[in-house]
Amino acid sequence: MSGAAIGIGSARASVKRSRRTQSVLIHAILIAGGIIVMIPLAWMLSTSLKPPHQITKFPPIWIPDPFVWSNYIRAVTIFPVSFLVFIKNSMYMSLMITLGTVLSNAVVAFAFARLSFRGSRVLFIIVLSTMMLPQQVTMIPLFILFSKFGWINTYNPLIVPHFFANAYFVFLLRQFYTTIPRELDDAARIDGCGVIGLFLRILLPLSKPALGITAIFAFTWAWNEFLGPLIYLSRMETYPLAIALSFLRAAHGVLWSELMVVSFIAMLPPVLLFFVAQKHYIQGIVITGVKG
Amino acid sequence: MPVLLPVLLFVLALPSLQFVFGRQNQDMSAELQSSQTPWSRLLSSTAWSRRTLRQKEELIAYLLVSPWVIGFLAFILGPMLTSLGLSFTETDLFTLEFVGIENYTKLLSFDTTRTLFWTTLYNTAYYVFLSIPLTISVGFFIAMLLNQNISGQPTYRVVYYLPAVIPGIATSLLWLWLFQPEFGLINWALSLVGIEGPRWLFDRSTAKMALVLMSVWGAGSNMLIFLAGLQGIPTELYEAATIDGAGIWRRFRSITIPMISPTLFFVVVTQIIWSSQVFTNVYVMTEGKGGPANATLMMVLYLYQVAFRQYRMGYASAYAWVFFLILLVFTLILFRSSKAWVYYETEIGGQRS
Repeated sequence: MSGAAIGIGSARASVKRSRRTQSVLIHAILIAGGIIVMIPLAWMLSTSLKPPHQITKFPPIWIPDPFVWSNYIRAVTIFPVSFLVFIKNSMYMSLMITLGTVLSNAVVAFAFARLSFRGSRVLFIIVLSTMMLPQQVTMIPLFILFSKFGWINTYNPLIVPHFFANAYFVFLLRQFYTTIPRELDDAARIDGCGVIGLFLRILLPLSKPALGITAIFAFTWAWNEFLGPLIYLSRMETYPLAIALSFLRAAHGVLWSELMVVSFIAMLPPVLLFFVAQKHYIQGIVITGVKG
Repeated sequence: MPVLLPVLLFVLALPSLQFVFGRQNQDMSAELQSSQTPWSRLLSSTAWSRRTLRQKEELIAYLLVSPWVIGFLAFILGPMLTSLGLSFTETDLFTLEFVGIENYTKLLSFDTTRTLFWTTLYNTAYYVFLSIPLTISVGFFIAMLLNQNISGQPTYRVVYYLPAVIPGIATSLLWLWLFQPEFGLINWALSLVGIEGPRWLFDRSTAKMALVLMSVWGAGSNMLIFLAGLQGIPTELYEAATIDGAGIWRRFRSITIPMISPTLFFVVVTQIIWSSQVFTNVYVMTEGKGGPANATLMMVLYLYQVAFRQYRMGYASAYAWVFFLILLVFTLILFRSSKAWVYYETEIGGQRS
């Protein structure tokens, strides 16, 4: 009796011990990887604060001596147009694109995930196939079209298409919707919920994490958008941050401190957004909805 | 330009279409709400009104997908067909001349002094087929580690995902600096282990590899999608399997792999499409040239040069179509193969009566 109890006890202890070594190992791998990920960013910050003669030191100096905070002022005043204009442009474009993306895709994905209508399969296959479509194949006619509209040097060509859903997000949201149990739909239907009610009261609240991902992805991609603005915007006062930076690179290719300063500023909005919102959208899908 | 007319008409018709659809949508929802009164619920139990309800639902479904349908016609199908039309012409926005299949024969000619197509195809394929296995396996590996209920998971998640949210322009400038042959951090790190670093972006034999290495830094976005997928697997499955005596490996193979396979499929397909469109990095790091000696001239960069630097819109359209068809073939192969390895809980289309 007691021997068996001791046996179980030591088996438990060894399981616990192997758990601990396993988690130590996982932490070790993750920390090592994390350091590799963070080093370039630390290097970016370090470079942004260096006096000129320390930039080209080899082996490199990690801590600038002294910290040259004036690099930041010089970097943002190097442009002929106020730096704030670029930030304002990027913000406007990103927020509008995010709005359009979330609104249109939440609705379209719902129809594909939950409603049965003739041609839905064919239509969904078309949706998927447009995801395979490189935007480059439509780029030239759209450029010609939008230039006929007089939309060159405006943000319309970059924003308006996002209000008409996008295959990637339709697919993403539909995948999330389909993991929400259909039993919930049936229960809601029995309780007298209509299609719109089902969408607004059941699926939308349960898919907050997925909508959060959509919004964050949409904002981040819009903020980081490069090819579109490069094609449509040619006046400096219309540039978003990304394009302004690429011209800084072309004009002052070796001003490493300044380039690192503006790169750091450009990455702040998506990075801060990610820090603030990451808890909400990572939680995953609420499958437990069926239990509660 | 006559080819553009249908597209023009469509986009011009957009506001009115939107107005009509918007109106109807409101009406429908009002009707639907009224159908929720006890009286109509009674009515709906008869076979006749159930049928109309289903028809109503179908109409609502069409209205809900209409934004996508309109967008598809105006911003995808219309322009695509126009692009196909343009590919048989030579046009620079102001003049238009029909040239038949000349663009294609020139583009796909095996005489490499006449076309850069094969160079760009090779460069892009090199980049795609090296960076995708790397970013996917790194992303999945980290997601698996993070999913082990370890402490500090949120912190790790933030750290690993961070590079993926950084704008391509900032990443490009940063890596340009890291790859700098004389004072760059990477060659310094190599020198610590006694390796003399190559000239990376300034050497045609290492320039593409530099871009691949850089892409692995952004593997965090895959990690996040995998992690969401892994966390979506009901823990009941694992519990039941453990009770049945399944070990770690068995649980991984019989639960994790099938349950994650739709996510994996999604990631593979989207990654192939996105990474083949690599542009920002190359544009910024090579000052829009794709050098040295065209070693990093990717397909989209070349397309951009031809269309928006040289204004050869017809030739560029032909190029875009060839690019599209290549991607299409790849994706179709993937989709065909997916039946063998992707496990879906609910069928595509979600048909259930």
